[in-house]
Amino acid sequence: MYFDIIIKIILTGVVLGGALNLAGLLTWVERKQSAVMQDRIGANRASLFGLRILGLFHPLADMLKLILKEDFTPRYAHKILHALAPFVSVFFALIAFAAIPIGNDFAWRGHAIHLQVAHINVGLLYILSVMSMGVYGVVLAGFASNNNYSFLGGLRASSQMISYEITMGVSIMGIVMMDGSLNLQNIVQAQGQYWHHLPLWGIFLQPVSFFLFLTAAMAETKRTPFDLPEGESEIIGYFVEYSGMKFGMFFLTDFLETVLASALLTTLFLGGWQIPYLFHDGFHFPWGTVWIMAQPWVILLGVIAFSIKVIFFCWFLMMIRWTLPRFRYDQLMRLGWKIMLPISLINILVTGLVMVLL
Amino acid sequence: MNRSELTFIERLYIFEALKGILLTSRHFFWNLFLHTTHLFGLLKNKSAAVTVQYPDEIRPYAPRLRTRHHLVPRADGSPRCVACMLCETVCPAKCIYIIAGEHPDPNVEKVAKRFDLDLGKCVYCGFCVEVCPEDAIRMDTQIMNIAAYSREEMLLDINELLRPGSRKQS
Ligand code: SF4
Ligand code: SF4
Repeated sequence: MYFDIIIKIILTGVVLGGALNLAGLLTWVERKQSAVMQDRIGANRASLFGLRILGLFHPLADMLKLILKEDFTPRYAHKILHALAPFVSVFFALIAFAAIPIGNDFAWRGHAIHLQVAHINVGLLYILSVMSMGVYGVVLAGFASNNNYSFLGGLRASSQMISYEITMGVSIMGIVMMDGSLNLQNIVQAQGQYWHHLPLWGIFLQPVSFFLFLTAAMAETKRTPFDLPEGESEIIGYFVEYSGMKFGMFFLTDFLETVLASALLTTLFLGGWQIPYLFHDGFHFPWGTVWIMAQPWVILLGVIAFSIKVIFFCWFLMMIRWTLPRFRYDQLMRLGWKIMLPISLINILVTGLVMVLL
Repeated sequence: MNRSELTFIERLYIFEALKGILLTSRHFFWNLFLHTTHLFGLLKNKSAAVTVQYPDEIRPYAPRLRTRHHLVPRADGSPRCVACMLCETVCPAKCIYIIAGEHPDPNVEKVAKRFDLDLGKCVYCGFCVEVCPEDAIRMDTQIMNIAAYSREEMLLDINELLRPGSRKQS
């Protein structure tokens, strides 16, 4: 009993620390990556004892600045809701990580250990619902600020998120239908099968659904091709009236959601912690070579593979964010309702037909 | 403006988006490669960024660039300016203030006893330089950073104008 609780606490710390640190690091990655893409150098001035190490202290400096800044609440804002909104945003972005498996299940001294903070069989539903709860933070922020611009931003945010949530939910139905489970651990385990030595990852089985989910997840993170709720450069959005760490929390939420989207994409479409040809006792390559490994190493390799895939997707989402221009609002709605939703429905239909016929 | 209609492939957007990502990725990986080789001191002749790290490295300025003013001194150190007031008159920003005085040399009629120039108002038009009959004021110090903490510090008096480097460069 105590053992299980201790394991869960450690696991929570690992997942929470990993997600938060990765999100913090992404602020640095964003600056540096965009700079390198655009032939610039990027933030490199923050230094500690004369050490600069590629500007890696900038996230620390940012946080320090945000914490020390004045926390301003507009005079006619709804005080409680105004203060509550950023917490709602961050909270729901953080607890969504609970259902994501970071490694395979294993047994240790007679205890079954799940490398998943919440081993629940409705994991996917849980994540979807928590992500849609996150919209409340944004809507509250827009509503409570008592500012027309942030109100409009909140409206844009809610309609965008609701539109894309539908596509997001429908697009992964194909995966759920094939695996017959909503538990993300089972979905990942099902991706460990092979078809003539080709690993049956979600991206190979459901490429259309991968693209749909990628687009919808990007829309959920509210970053550039879909940053109409924020539009920091000109149309300004729901967090105009926020300053200091409250603004920082909204900012962090964006990055947390990027990490979450990467983790979900990894779990659903890139085989989570699976490494091709790595089975529970070691590598079995298709050309017959076999490397036997002890179980802890296999588990550890899985966790490392998961992290690498998540980091890859973070990089990729960042790449898209710094490449594509923002959509116009009518284009956004057309893309969501007239293009992506029908395609995702057709995708379900085709998946169902193929499953029945095969 | 003549805009061609988008073709069907372009309207699908996904291929165009992929093309864009390909382009940015090419820049990303090439620049990352160059940054990495620079760390090892290789391929230094190819630069990975177009950035000029301004206060540390300064781009060469063109000689005709209008930079901070200075007053040209005579051989004896007194300003060449004869306080004709032409620059004060022509200045569109009205930022020059001159008080004339007598020059010890009887061959020189007048000299500026006081010559104040408020950089906070100056629009860097260069009219004062053009109008001066004595070539006494020039804008060729190549000093560009004129930031200061107060309006008073933006005021240049005759001493500073005669010795352009005398202000602490920060
Ligand atoms: S540059 Fe123009 S504005 Fe400045 S002092 Fe000369 S005449 Fe006046
Ligand atoms: S125009 Fe030349 S000579 Fe006349 S007051 Fe100005 S600086 Fe002196």
